[in-house]
Formats: sequence, structure tokens, C-alpha cells
Amino acid sequence: MKRTLTCIECPIGCEIEVELEDGKVVSLTGNSCPRGKIYAEAEVVCPKRVVTSTVRAENGEMIPVKTDKPVRKDAIFEVMQKINQTTCKMPVALGDILVENICDDANLIVTGNF
Amino acid sequence: MKNTYDIVIIGGGPAGLAAAISAYDNGAKDVLILEREEKTGGILNQCIHNGFGLTRFKESLSGPEYAARFVQGVRERKIEVLTETTVLSLTKDKRITAINTKDGIFTLQAKSVILAMGCRERSRGALNVAGTRPAGIYSAGTAQKYVNIKGYMPGKRVVILGSGDIGLIMARRMTLEGAKVLAVCEIMPYSSGLKRNIAQCLDDFDIPLYLNHTITKIEGDKRVTGVVVSKVDENKRPIAGTEMHFDCDTVLFSVGLIPENELTKEAGIELSPRTRGAIVSQTRETSKEGIFACGNVLQVHDLVDFVSEEAEMAGRYAAKYVLEGKTEHDYVEVLNGKNVSYVCPQKVDKNLDEHVKLFFRVTNTFKNCIITAKCGDKILAQKKKQIAVPGEMETLMLVKNKLSEIDGNIEVSLEVQE
Repeated sequence: MKRTLTCIECPIGCEIEVELEDGKVVSLTGNSCPRGKIYAEAEVVCPKRVVTSTVRAENGEMIPVKTDKPVRKDAIFEVMQKINQTTCKMPVALGDILVENICDDANLIVTGNF
Repeated sequence: MKNTYDIVIIGGGPAGLAAAISAYDNGAKDVLILEREEKTGGILNQCIHNGFGLTRFKESLSGPEYAARFVQGVRERKIEVLTETTVLSLTKDKRITAINTKDGIFTLQAKSVILAMGCRERSRGALNVAGTRPAGIYSAGTAQKYVNIKGYMPGKRVVILGSGDIGLIMARRMTLEGAKVLAVCEIMPYSSGLKRNIAQCLDDFDIPLYLNHTITKIEGDKRVTGVVVSKVDENKRPIAGTEMHFDCDTVLFSVGLIPENELTKEAGIELSPRTRGAIVSQTRETSKEGIFACGNVLQVHDLVDFVSEEAEMAGRYAAKYVLEGKTEHDYVEVLNGKNVSYVCPQKVDKNLDEHVKLFFRVTNTFKNCIITAKCGDKILAQKKKQIAVPGEMETLMLVKNKLSEIDGNIEVSLEVQE
């Protein structure tokens, strides 16, 4: 089975062709860097994404957050639900962990200084 | 705050911050940044998604993370910043009048000015979309500010016009927050957004992208109740009989950005009709000596990494101007050749002994093409591309030892290879 993917690792957006046999990658073409290979190999087995969103702090301010690792694509809405139930006390700083292991070993971290 | 500064920077977004740091590090310590919003960082503060900084820092940062590195740099150097301060006017003699609630109206004299005001979004009014004028119509960036900074959802059922990156990013963002994005319509046969954003913002969430389609009617009395979307022909005119109706309560416009050059015009600085920014040399000096421009106020960039790079150049040359004074220039023009819609800088000073990076955009999608910068018959720089698209800025490097070969205007053009 052949699949064509758009790499999301950088703004170039390489079109990568992956050939699969019994769920295993037998050939991979079109990537222009090693990151593309890693992305495509993961994408055909278990697609993952970093989730970025906001958390409302106790004083009402919106705090930008992200998962510090990619999480399973099919768990994104579960993660969003948890994010929207989260709040935090001010002040917060870049890198502060708001939720440990929100999903797949990834933590929810703050991405700005407030 | 003093009355005079060596360098005053108008705008504390990514361009202004990088320009300030660069000016300082190149010897100009007397620098002031004027910023309209409550804090510096500009549009990056509301761009909470990741993907920034891959070129510059080799890692994927969110907008606030990218901004924080430059905010930190400005703080470490103790560069003076005035926030919540709006510049009202700029003269060609580099006198700046500004206003804020603490100091009232005040005037500053600068030896050099760096324009870093960024850009604003084209609005519905610029497109003449037919229909009523109900609530629920936003530019994509406004919606982004509501969701990410204010924490308000602008609507539940959304149609987006324009497939620029902000529109694509907002399609995903609204979806994540529980809205249903029914369609993204693009009048052109291609998206002006990055391919990875089509993949991760639309395809990931099964949001349909309608190319060669536009909104031909907005319906609703108090609030948007629906839109009519039509297919367009090759002249971008709606085709009768192709209408589709969508029930929606919100319409987002992501239909391009316009450099914010009101102050630039007032100072009598020459603008390019192509970029809608100032005409500059490779130093980013405008037609007025000692006034520089960088970032989206000069040319709308795709990537903030290039904004920072350009701003550092402007900052360095502004510092040089302040420290060394006026220098002799020997300009040649850079012309838009075949299949090239603009080149920035628009002129090159041959007296400078440094490589010159030309930024430009092509007019259409081209496959297997060759891009050349020429002076007469002499090839100054050339590169092959498998694909070139209008949505992605291209670059060519003129190496410095080629500059001495230039004896006339430079032309950048694209040829498709057979």
C-alpha cells in the first residue's frame, strides 16, 4: 500500500511517499531531511501532534500552553477537554508544568511569561 | 524618557525587538522602542500555535516562546521600552510625536528611526462581498485575538474565506475549541498558506478546502445565519448555478495583509506599489536618509525567522549610520523580471562590501524552474527549484565579489525549464 503524506516538521512541507507492506515501511521517498523520515515513519503507524491551546488563569487571563511532546492524534480532543478544565495561579513562567502526564507521557507546559 | 535618542524604533513586535537588540549590539546603546499594545511581542503573543523558529533556533516554538527570547534580550540590555504608546506622526527630519496616558502628547528627536509597525488584515470592505452586515463577521486575526487572548469564542458554525496561514490556523483553533468549521473557501486555484498547515489544520480535522470558490452572499439580520459560496471561473467571476449554501453563525476573512505605512507616507518616504512597503536598499534604509524599515511593514513575510533576520540588518545599519554618519551610495535598481511579482530590496548599494540577499515572490505556481539574477547578460546568481509558489518567499544570494561586476540594473526572473 502506498501513502502520500505532507511533512509538517518545517515550512517546506515535503511530499513524502511511503510504501507499506504488512504495516511495515518498505520504502520512503520525497523527504529532504532526516526529520521527514522520522515524521513519515511515525505518521503511518501512529500519527502524533503537539497540542497548543490556552488555559484560563484564576485572574481570568488566558495563558498559552502546549504539550511538551506530541500526543496521539486521536487523543487530541481528550487533551483539549482536560486543558479546558485546567486553571492556574499567577504568576506563571515559560516552561512551568500545569498538568503532568496529560497524555502519552507528555506534560502540559506554559509557553509565555505572565 | 528623554527628548532625544540615537535610535527610535516604532513598533515592539518581532521586527522592532530584533532591530533594537541588533542596534545595541552594534554599538548604538541609546535606543527607545515605542509600542502601541500593553506589552511587546506583537502578533506573536496571539499566535499560540507552534512551528516558529525552525530556521533560526532549529526548534519548534510557539509564538509567545519565540517572542520571549527577544523580550528577554531587550530586557538584558536594559533597552528602554514605552508600551501603550501610539505614534501619531513622523517627519522626514526624524521627529516623532506620540501619545500615552502617562506622558500625554510628546515629541522626540531621533538621529535614526526604524519603522517596524507590521501589517494589518484586509477586511470584508476591501472585497465588496454582497449581503447584509450582521454581527459574526471577523478577520481571522481578530478572531484569533478573541480566542487566544480574551478567551471568547466568536461563534459555533464557521465558514472561512481565504486560505492564508492565519485562516488555516484559525480553522484548527476554532475546531479544537468546539466549533464546527464547515468550509474554507479560496478564490485562487491554490492555497496561499503553507502546505503543512493544509495538512495539520484542515486534513487532520476533515475540514473541506474549496479552491476556485468564494463567498458571494452573506445572510442574516442581527447575526450571520448563512453564506452562499460559488465556484469562480478563470477570471475569478462567480459561475451561475454553482451556488452552495452553508448555515453558519460566523464568517472569518483571511484574505491578505497590508503593511501599515501611514507614518511612512507622512514622512514622505517612497513606497513600492508592489510590496506596499518602503523602497529600500539592502541596508533597509528608505528613501529618507537615516530612516530604516524592516519586517512586515516593509514586505509581508511568511516566517518570523526572516523578519528577525531582516530586522537585525536594519538595526545594524541604523547603528552604523548613527556612529559613522552618512556614507556615499552607488545604487543600482533591482527590477522584477519575468514571472517575478516583487523583489526586496528594490535597490542595491554597490559600495557595500557584503553579500546581498534578495527576497522575492513569484507570480504563479511553477514546476522545474530556474531563477536568475542578471545584470545585462551577466549572471549574478542562479538557482533551480522543483517548485516555486507565490505563497512562499524565495531568496537569492548575491555574493559580494559579484557586486563589482554590476554595471547596470539587476533583474530577477524565473524561467520554466523544458
